[in-house]
Amino acid sequence: MSQVRRAVTGWGFALPFAALFAVFMAVPVLASLVMSFTDIRSTDLRDPLAVDFVGLDNYLRLFDDELFVRAATNTAVFVVLGVPLTMAGALLVALGLNAGVTRFRTVFRVGYYLPVVTSIVAIAVVWRFLLQPDTGLVNTMLGLVGIDGAKWLDDTRTALPTLVVMAAWRNLGFSMVIFLAGLQAIPQDLYEAARIDGAGRWAQFRYVTLPVLRPTLLFVAVVTTIGYVQFFEEPFVMTQGGPLDSTLSMAYHTYNQFGFGSYGYASAMSYVLFLVVVALSIAWFRLLRANT
Amino acid sequence: MTARDRVATAVLHVLLTAGLVVMVGPFIWMLASSFKTDAEIRRSPPTWWPEDPTLDNYSNLLGRLDFPAYFTNSVVVAVLTTVGNLMFCAAAGYALAKLRFAGSRLLFGVVLGTIMVPSIVTLVPLFVLVSNLGLVNSYAALVLPFLAQAFGVFLMRQFMLSIPEDLLEAARIDGAGEWRIFFRIVLPLCRPALATLGILTFLASWNNFLWPLVAATTEDRYTLPVALALYSVGQNRARYDLLLAGSVLVVVPVLIVFVLLQRHFVRGIATTGLK
Repeated sequence: MSQVRRAVTGWGFALPFAALFAVFMAVPVLASLVMSFTDIRSTDLRDPLAVDFVGLDNYLRLFDDELFVRAATNTAVFVVLGVPLTMAGALLVALGLNAGVTRFRTVFRVGYYLPVVTSIVAIAVVWRFLLQPDTGLVNTMLGLVGIDGAKWLDDTRTALPTLVVMAAWRNLGFSMVIFLAGLQAIPQDLYEAARIDGAGRWAQFRYVTLPVLRPTLLFVAVVTTIGYVQFFEEPFVMTQGGPLDSTLSMAYHTYNQFGFGSYGYASAMSYVLFLVVVALSIAWFRLLRANT
Repeated sequence: MTARDRVATAVLHVLLTAGLVVMVGPFIWMLASSFKTDAEIRRSPPTWWPEDPTLDNYSNLLGRLDFPAYFTNSVVVAVLTTVGNLMFCAAAGYALAKLRFAGSRLLFGVVLGTIMVPSIVTLVPLFVLVSNLGLVNSYAALVLPFLAQAFGVFLMRQFMLSIPEDLLEAARIDGAGEWRIFFRIVLPLCRPALATLGILTFLASWNNFLWPLVAATTEDRYTLPVALALYSVGQNRARYDLLLAGSVLVVVPVLIVFVLLQRHFVRGIATTGLK
């Protein structure tokens, strides 16, 4: 086949995708970057000539925006607490299922995976009821064992940690399924060899399971981090960012700025979010790549 | 199995079952409570099972809000998005996996490069684009931005790489064109990947929130999650009865699909994680 004919055939297959992808993904990604250097507002849509380039102004403004600093801090807390909690929980469940559950494994797997497939909005609505300070199921249950439950979503100190735990509850199943697949791919003779060398359960976990699982850990860490940096629906439905902005996230703040019509500023903020995602992914690669 | 092992296994099952209750409990409570009267929902301490089961919440919900319309919107958007993704991603995946052509590396590079882009990055330009095309508040606005997704092409390409070249070559020698090969040989072999992509796309679309929240500006174009979210933070904030019934309507169709297809599902997700 000639070069040209190959290109015609190839693009024949790829063009519908490529065209849609260019218009609705590639161009918007670049447009967002360009807009972040301008003072474009929603009112400029009819009069594009009124838009001026303002250099890095939008980015510099972020430092003076108290709400943005607040949102960035909240997002950092959410990621720093949420990612390890989710991964540790998922790994524990996966290890448990892998160690001794054979007959009911499917039941457990489906059950733990259930929250992952359900709409975050519906989940948030239900949890808002469960967490009601006076009448909610959570505080009633705690009351049965003599614990005075907190005001969860209504208290600036507990609102964000509550959302962290809820996110871990919701996302645990995804990581668990991937961990379980990773665990099942570990050859049994590795464990046998370790046992012959006198390794106990902990030593087997530390020196066989963890090293072999490293690529899986890396994948889960990156995917979970990317998801958590963008958290938005939970505070939108459960707290509207409150109380007193204690659950305002970067994505939520960006959405609000978009709603106010500050398109340039919102674009700058979204690019900061993008940079954070890239930086954290690189950090995970550095930390977990096979260097030994 | 020694006695000690048996005890350990029993303890493990108890712990995992406790965890399972925490995972599934909220859904059972949601379903049970959606059949309670408003007074019982608000009672302290809360009850588990409805004392006096009623369908009033559902009939009120369907009477007050236009849930059938939201439901239809969600179905239309999810089905169109899924069908489009399967077609476009499979075709492009085949081109990228099996046909070396000018520009294929560039295309794949660009696609991969955007896989980590947060959805909020494209929010503003997409809205500007959709506004300028006059598409705000149309099905097109809800579907078009999700028809060609990086993840889908990546998944299809990776799967198609495992199809033996000899098979395709033999067909070419027999005089089959690329489209014939694609439809007759490649697609049938890709059934597991298509199933995975189809399920994941349908779910992502059904649960999608940020873009429909922005792009659907009047009630008649709301999808289920948008309607539920806006009612739960708006004037119906305290209508627990309506909100719980609404949550059930959002969640249950997805749960049915998931439980029926969970085999495909879990296998697909596990393989995307390992590749």
